Amino acid sequence: MTVLNQSGVLNRVTGLLMKRQFNIESITVGHTEQHNISKMTFVVHVADENKLEQLIKQLSKQIDVLKVNDITEKSIVLRELALVKVVSPAALRHEMNSIVEPFRPQIIDTSKNVVTYQVVGDPDKIDAFIELIRPYGIKGMTRTGVTASVRETQPTETPQLSILK
Amino acid sequence: MTANVSTTNEKIDMNATAKAQQQVTNKPRNGADVLIQALHDQKVDIVFGYPGGAVLHVYDALYRNPIRHILTRHEQGAIHAAEGYARVLNKPGVVIATSGPGATNLVTGIADAMIDSIPLVIFTGQVATDVIGSDAFQEADIMGITTPITKHNYQVQDVNDIPRIVKEAFHIANSGRKGPVLIDFPKNISYSLFDEALAEASRDEELNLPGYQPNTKPNFLQIQKAIQAIGEAKRPLVLAGAGVLFADARQELTEFAEKYKLPVINTLLGLGTIHGQHELNYGMAGMHGAAVANDAIQKADLLINIGARFDDRLTGDTKLFAPNAAIIHIDIDPAEIGKNIPTDIPIVADAKEALKALLKKDFDGPDTTEWLNFLDEKKENTPYWYVEDEKEILPQQIIEMVHSITNGDAVVTTDVGQHQMWAAQYYKLNHDHQWVTSGGLGTMGFGFPAAIGAQFAKADKKVITFVGDAGFQMTLQELALLNEFKLPVKVVIINNGALGMVRQWQELFYDGRYSQSIMPVQPDFVKLAEAYGVKGYRINTIDEAQTILEEALNSDEPVVIDARVKQLENVYPMVPAGKSLDDIVGVKKF
Repeated sequence: MTVLNQSGVLNRVTGLLMKRQFNIESITVGHTEQHNISKMTFVVHVADENKLEQLIKQLSKQIDVLKVNDITEKSIVLRELALVKVVSPAALRHEMNSIVEPFRPQIIDTSKNVVTYQVVGDPDKIDAFIELIRPYGIKGMTRTGVTASVRETQPTETPQLSILK
Repeated sequence: MTANVSTTNEKIDMNATAKAQQQVTNKPRNGADVLIQALHDQKVDIVFGYPGGAVLHVYDALYRNPIRHILTRHEQGAIHAAEGYARVLNKPGVVIATSGPGATNLVTGIADAMIDSIPLVIFTGQVATDVIGSDAFQEADIMGITTPITKHNYQVQDVNDIPRIVKEAFHIANSGRKGPVLIDFPKNISYSLFDEALAEASRDEELNLPGYQPNTKPNFLQIQKAIQAIGEAKRPLVLAGAGVLFADARQELTEFAEKYKLPVINTLLGLGTIHGQHELNYGMAGMHGAAVANDAIQKADLLINIGARFDDRLTGDTKLFAPNAAIIHIDIDPAEIGKNIPTDIPIVADAKEALKALLKKDFDGPDTTEWLNFLDEKKENTPYWYVEDEKEILPQQIIEMVHSITNGDAVVTTDVGQHQMWAAQYYKLNHDHQWVTSGGLGTMGFGFPAAIGAQFAKADKKVITFVGDAGFQMTLQELALLNEFKLPVKVVIINNGALGMVRQWQELFYDGRYSQSIMPVQPDFVKLAEAYGVKGYRINTIDEAQTILEEALNSDEPVVIDARVKQLENVYPMVPAGKSLDDIVGVKKF
């Protein structure tokens, strides 16, 4: 969703979702390349098509909202970042690092017994990373919520010839 | 409300402002002056409001550069008066209140205007920007409070933004689907000095609202589809809502209905979109609507909704609503289309533009003779009814008499409840913009102050307000205005000593357990009126009703009429809440 970066715009949008009884799974907000314009990415579970249409229309109606895109069905890149603080005594550290290696996390902080991993990816990947590391003892964790970008090339739907229907 | 006490700092600032004003004359100088000038630029001729600490500079600027200001006795009175004004003139009403309690007292009216799409521009004072968020004296987060109940709201952060914000606010309030826009005005902004170099430029600046581009012109293809559907229909029906009034499209609607012989029904808020006694008018539909109007919906094969939002009080059970009909929905707000009722042919447009487009095409309309005959017969056989009482006056009789004495020409405002429904049923309106009622929010206390606003808007019209004895007591302090401004508003209290509609529901659905709905002790409304310097009348019997009403309604003065009516009278017909329109009860006398 593209919005004018006015004070209160986030409040306006989340308030609207609350008023219409939508539960926000995650939300990310940040500036775009254009001055004064921000982009928000929401993950919202919607019961049916009608509710979705209503939600998009209500959001679009806001004066500060420039554009609303439903990208559920689009080809998109999804990214989320997590910072995971794990108990990691020296004896286990090497083992841990090699186990999580396929996730290409970065170690961004260490102390005698604790390591903080930064991992980036789509939410499923983050979930998998967390499950993998959980047995070692997670001391704390923060996730940013998902942001997304629509791919430049979308799969083209080849129209079926009517004769084949 | 307690007046704010200026702090030393403010005094210094005020001195600075005063000095600056001595240096330059005849030009807007501080934020408050710029604000008032912006209202002049918008050709605002009347403002309803109530001063207080945070808006003292605004009121001072108003003193220097006057716009007619009506000091109500409560902020709620101010905003309902502005709603009444806006409703009959179809242009924004303007309200000023101070911060904190002044602003929160407006909240009911703002929500009311939002749900009924009434254009308002509301100014609230706010504490100075450097103390916002510190729980300062008379601080309330009015931005947070009103975000869900305004079309848009602003808090002015820079004195130089004022001309742009005011211009945008009026544009937003009065275009697209109309509604209330609030501008929160911190006190320090009101005494900050304005950069004069920007004055001319900002006045001529074009509006720049990239996120707000309401569509008013209908899509050509959709109009084609609508025309085809109308041409093929056997039992077409036009449902006209308030959107027709906001678009000033009564003439087009009537022409359209007459050209293709289409029956027209109304929503509560759409009354007046066609003459109340037009042969193609089949009355109001919905919970207390005419049996013929509701039956028409259920039997129609094409329902053409123009500017109505399929409110639950109209539709009853949405799943069983208009089961045989294809739906054409013309609405300026795309979010209304498909919200409650699935739509076959959506047309996002201003009602007038859409009707003009439909009228422009000459097409073979449907043959509706049989359909109209059926409806006429139904209309004939199922009129609104009441059983006359030997001892007591029936509320319906009072409204019928008021209608006949005023020939259906008066501007009518109502409060909320039984009397509102009876007024909708029995006061057949001759014109558009003569009906002011709180439909969506159902705000008790609305009717009387709305009548004050309507009378200010239309000084030469007879303005009548039907109120209940309970609702009237919520805002009756505004009686002071009738005397002060010699406003000839006629207050007709349908006095049944009860919260009539609540009592009716308790009778019908709670086995007559009248929990907290009877008001055994009432003020003497005649004496009360007299205390405010307004002539009071009491009607005790049906025999005296006609004479008293004639005298009171034909007077040039404000009057309060206390009509004592039967307590246990119910509004019929009735579609019980959540039921299908087919489950209508009380169609015939019983």
